[in-house]
Amino acid sequence: MGLGTPEKSAQQVTSDMAAPRGRALIERPFQWALLGATLLALALLAALLADVLIDGAGRLSWDFFTDYSDSLDPAETGIRTGLTGTMSLMVLTAAISFPIGVGAAVYLEEYASDNRFTRLLQLNIANLAGVPSVVYGLLTLSAFVYVLGFGRSLLAGAMALSLLILPIIIVASREALRAVPQSIRNGALALGATPLQVTSRQVLPIALPGILTGTILALSRAIGESAPILVVGAVFSRRADTWPWELFEPFGALPIQIFNFVRQPEPGFQIEAASAGILVLLALLLTMNAVAIFLRNRYQKRF
Amino acid sequence: MQQSRAETGTPIPAPAPAAAPAGEPAPTGATEIFQLRGLTCRYGGFTAVRDISLDIQRNEITAIIGPSGCGKSTLLRCLNRMNDLVEGTRVTGEVIYNGEDIYAPHIDPVEVRRRIGMVFQEPNPFPKSIYDNVAFGPKLEGHRSDLDDIVESSLRQAALWDEVKGKLKQSALSLSGGQQQRLCIARALAVEPDVILMDEPASALDPIATLRIEDLMEELKRSYSIVIVTHNMQQAARISDKTAFVTVRVENETDERTGELVEFDDTTRIFTAAADQRTEDYVTGRFG
Ligand SMILES: Nc1ncnc2c1ncn2[C@@H]1O[C@H](COP(=O)(O)OP(=O)(O)OP(=O)(O)O)[C@@H](O)[C@H]1O
Ligand SMILES: [Mg+2]
Repeated sequence: MGLGTPEKSAQQVTSDMAAPRGRALIERPFQWALLGATLLALALLAALLADVLIDGAGRLSWDFFTDYSDSLDPAETGIRTGLTGTMSLMVLTAAISFPIGVGAAVYLEEYASDNRFTRLLQLNIANLAGVPSVVYGLLTLSAFVYVLGFGRSLLAGAMALSLLILPIIIVASREALRAVPQSIRNGALALGATPLQVTSRQVLPIALPGILTGTILALSRAIGESAPILVVGAVFSRRADTWPWELFEPFGALPIQIFNFVRQPEPGFQIEAASAGILVLLALLLTMNAVAIFLRNRYQKRF
Repeated sequence: MQQSRAETGTPIPAPAPAAAPAGEPAPTGATEIFQLRGLTCRYGGFTAVRDISLDIQRNEITAIIGPSGCGKSTLLRCLNRMNDLVEGTRVTGEVIYNGEDIYAPHIDPVEVRRRIGMVFQEPNPFPKSIYDNVAFGPKLEGHRSDLDDIVESSLRQAALWDEVKGKLKQSALSLSGGQQQRLCIARALAVEPDVILMDEPASALDPIATLRIEDLMEELKRSYSIVIVTHNMQQAARISDKTAFVTVRVENETDERTGELVEFDDTTRIFTAAADQRTEDYVTGRFG
């Protein structure tokens, strides 16, 4: 038996390292449950998409994009006004929120000293990102539409969406700026660059892909919104194009257009045209997200 | 990054040959580029280095040695006001550069840094091309047409030209660590500074790359004054003309650790006949 001792102790080791028998009973079902949850979510999404595709794909045609809405004949109707409205909102919202958001982020990251006030500011910006979108609509309604007299105009709609996504842009831009190594700033300063030159010639160019990614994702959230622009007076207009420079004209948007289709009793509007509109909106959002992801991957961390 | 509020001001005059202004009592010779007088640097309430006084000579290599945490980097950063960028830093005493206190209120720290360049411990090339790295400083000063010449001559001075001349448009990050550090030196030379401060420039490099940097410094001291922080005793002994030994003094009651200058002398004296026992212990490896 003396010779068998090493063998026995080796066996001892193996059995020590083996998982207790009860654990597999918990681990396995847990994994299955997680997988099930994931699959369920995906399946729901796929079902929705399939449903929309089946209902709407038939209506997709060049005319659908370029035609004004027709209240009588669903086969003749189009989403032209909604599309121009959404495009105009997007351009204006970007023009307003990008410089302000990036400016705020640069200030907080590169210039502000770390004191109570700036920390309070940062906390509030983070909180603002979670405020329900309709609240931004109400804020815009009282501040810009009434007090500043913007009226229920395209500019007011873009203001509401800008307020909505500003916190997102600020947070994303700050993260992009923070990812720029301090040694880059020191290197530039040691060459006699002014703080402004350091920011504009080194830090911002390096952070730009990250900032753009955040901005595009934020914009894609903005154009899917309907509550805030409804509150400030987005309309379903049948006959008028919206252009980004028509600041004080009434405006529409794709989500409003879709809502208008859905409200009509006729299936040609309620189901087919609405689904086609949803497809367009989805395609727009997915394209933007794809661009954002491309930017992120293409220019990610070169350090 | 935090900015000091003191980032504005008027530029300091161009570095005149350091003739002492008439009536200046301090012994200002033409050979001193820096005169430190009672320099003390605090981070918030913590005194990192206290009461440092020494003269740094023009066209020499001055080494700063001492145990980790004694304030060598702090001292070095005081010489080109890089410490301004660390919030809560306060510097007292005088750093007289070419006869003028660079901490005087009317001095623009940006101008100071333009004349007193710095090479950091870790190579920190900008994520741009090799060419753009070297051209960055000269461009700030408005150079446009002669950029090619500046880039070439700076890279030559930094003994990097032959290795990179065929790939100037490639990313600087594709270079090896030693090449990156020489690129950083070239970048610093391109703005034609008066002084180059180096904070352990070879600590991330292998012995061969280190030797190349040392040869380079030997070369550079003809036209520049160099102050180098190093952990490497042999390196200090090999390349420097003067050596400053800084160490930590621990206050018994408060347990505050403050850097103090122990000895500053010719390098040969520091390494063979130190006046202070602490210096001798340190350079012979009995301490730190
Ligand atoms: N930005 C800062 N804020 C607060 N304290 C600092 C800061 N930088 C350095 N210190 C402190 O000052 C002291 C000196 O630091 P310093 O970096 O100058 O030391 P060092 O001699 O360069 O050390 P090493 O050889 O390890 O690089 C240390 O105690 C350090 O903790
Ligand atoms: Mg150091």
